Amino acid sequence: MKTIKQALLGATSALILLGAAPNLAKADELTLCWAAWDPANALVELSKDFTSQSGTTMKFEFVPWPNFADRILNELNSGGKLCDLLIGDSQWLGGSAENGYYVKLNDFFDKEGIKMSDFADAAVNAYATWPKGTPNYWALPAMGDANAWFYRKDWFGQPEIQAEFKKKHNRDLAAPTTWDELLEVAEFFNGREIDGKKVYGAAIFTERASEGITMGSTSALYPYGFKYENTPGKYDMEGAVNSPEAIAGLEAYKKLYKCCTPPGYTDAYMGESLDAFKSGQVAMAMNWFAFFPGLYKDEKVGGDKIGFFVNPKEKVAASTLGGQGISVVANTDNMDGALAYIKWFAQPDVQKKWWSLGGYAVHKSVLNDPTFTESQPFAADFLVAMNQVQDFWQEPSYAILLQAMQKRLHDYVVADKGTAKEALDGLVKDWTEVFKDDGKL
Amino acid sequence: MTDTSSTSLGEAVARAAPAPIASRIRGLSDRSMAWLFITPAIALLLAVNIFPLIWAIYLSFTNFRANRPNAALENVGLSNYSRVLNDPNTWQAMQTTAHFVFWTILLQTLIGFSLAYLIDRKFRGHAFWTTIILVPMMLSPAVVGNFWRFLYQPQIGLFNHIVSFLTGIPPSSFEMLGSVRLSPWAIIIVDTWMWTPYVMLICLAGLRSIPDYIYEAAEVDRASLWRQFWSITLPMALPFIMLAILFRGIENFKMFDMVTLLTGGGPGSTTEVASITLKREAFESWRTGRASAFAIILFVAVFGLANIYVKALNKVKQR
Repeated sequence: MKTIKQALLGATSALILLGAAPNLAKADELTLCWAAWDPANALVELSKDFTSQSGTTMKFEFVPWPNFADRILNELNSGGKLCDLLIGDSQWLGGSAENGYYVKLNDFFDKEGIKMSDFADAAVNAYATWPKGTPNYWALPAMGDANAWFYRKDWFGQPEIQAEFKKKHNRDLAAPTTWDELLEVAEFFNGREIDGKKVYGAAIFTERASEGITMGSTSALYPYGFKYENTPGKYDMEGAVNSPEAIAGLEAYKKLYKCCTPPGYTDAYMGESLDAFKSGQVAMAMNWFAFFPGLYKDEKVGGDKIGFFVNPKEKVAASTLGGQGISVVANTDNMDGALAYIKWFAQPDVQKKWWSLGGYAVHKSVLNDPTFTESQPFAADFLVAMNQVQDFWQEPSYAILLQAMQKRLHDYVVADKGTAKEALDGLVKDWTEVFKDDGKL
Repeated sequence: MTDTSSTSLGEAVARAAPAPIASRIRGLSDRSMAWLFITPAIALLLAVNIFPLIWAIYLSFTNFRANRPNAALENVGLSNYSRVLNDPNTWQAMQTTAHFVFWTILLQTLIGFSLAYLIDRKFRGHAFWTTIILVPMMLSPAVVGNFWRFLYQPQIGLFNHIVSFLTGIPPSSFEMLGSVRLSPWAIIIVDTWMWTPYVMLICLAGLRSIPDYIYEAAEVDRASLWRQFWSITLPMALPFIMLAILFRGIENFKMFDMVTLLTGGGPGSTTEVASITLKREAFESWRTGRASAFAIILFVAVFGLANIYVKALNKVKQR
């Protein structure tokens, strides 16, 4: 009998301890969710300081980009408790705010003296606010980013290539500043033999499944004059989305794809662009600023061999926005810990270190530092890009809007279906249906 | 005899069990025992199959979106069904699926039956070659998809270089996965490569089930080999061939993994089969109600076609 009692007592104690264990661990542990890419490694390094100061253990859940939205939005939709902090895409703000997935941070910012005016205006608008244009903050701007370009500076600098280009185009070969120049340079390099190897003009985004071709195409659409609405907030898309300027932009993107991308480049995004460039296949490539520190350090193609340029303008100067804000997930069991991390991350010193490690801080103390533009070969371009960024819809229905655009653009650009006008007319039709369903039209 | 053995088994179980349980088991009828044993299986079936089906039917009449769990749920009647059926993308996906199912079944049946016919000759080393032929179907679709992506790579892929060697056209001049014209065939080739052995195996079972004395009688009647094939082999193997077609048809109608890995439905929507459209609707656009309606439509279509086919199969078997 005594043995049975002891066994029962032991089992009960074990159960109590087991039940309590997760809560004990949770109290000084935070899980931060983000995409798996170069800046995430920098954040791991940076967060060691937070751990040493607060005693909170940081855990990280990094998801590869192609699955990032699926994985994390599933987590949020199902009320999961995986993430205490989330560095989520800017387009998720509307849905996450309206569905109560993110904590509204206004009161916390006021209490802790965190001022949004300390961060770049474009970043605050893009990464923190919902509804747009209102001072309702759902995130702290964490990682500024935009789509930009890099090129083989060593190839551009070869005297015989320069001479041939000048003879053909009557101007010096240099990093393109307009889309016309970009097409010209891409065509010039395409099919050329350099160092005994056939090379191609440019690596661009054509990926179908997630957001690739939309992010790539908008880098042409925005500079040509594409707009989402005629009047912001009115959802009047006819004549804006399918304007003659937008049609010209989409045609330019298709021209670049058809003329100058490597063979088999029908479903390419960040990874494929980096691979094409690093393997010496292309003269130029588009990708997010986030990858530039890693590219510059690359032994084969970095250093003196690489140059960077901001997305070329055409009618207007514009870049496609990337980047994210850091939000507190409303479902967290460690709200105090999560808010403490935000408070720590917002400090100017931490932001400076974040930039030095390869993260794109958008705190004005970093950006306005006189040494900033000289701190990295792409820092000046980053400043220019962040002042001309445009973003995709941030509506709660952004996923449907994005899928519609992915389909229309891929059908036209890659699969040769219809004309640019038909693709954009179809897009207006798709988007109109979505906004009607949402009761906004 | 049966009663005696079951009683003794019951007694043995009762003896082995502690006294109260033993008496309870002794008191159970055979019918109750049967229910006791099948209840967990039925409960599992209800939980993972029947309940989700009923839930999906319910959701298909609502405006539910899984990414907006707090939004008010409204009954939209047949609107989701009407929208799915009037959406040109649905019909394009169905056409793509039909094209894929038709050609894979045709090729797999022709090649699978031919291989089975050859293997059935029992030539020297036939067991070894049977094993070799079966290897593709033993691989995971994820492995096969990635493996063929490399084979189809225009610059370094073996497939393009073999075609180049045979035809003289440059390997980089065509893209199996990136071309609107070629990509549907690229998937058909991979599926045929992987699943022809499965069809062959079923056909081989059919051929081996034909008794030798029938062929001996035909030879006595001086029937030619061609006549033997048409009058004995094919009719007697037909139920097996039809069974293989049924299995592959159902499997390919819901094909998802291979297409996702090879083309992701692209270029554009060229290889977007119904299951990919459904996945995009459900888990990328998050229109759960509409996706449920599409799933129900697909279920009814497959279930209906399979039923008609099974009736035909039974008629063939009864002949």
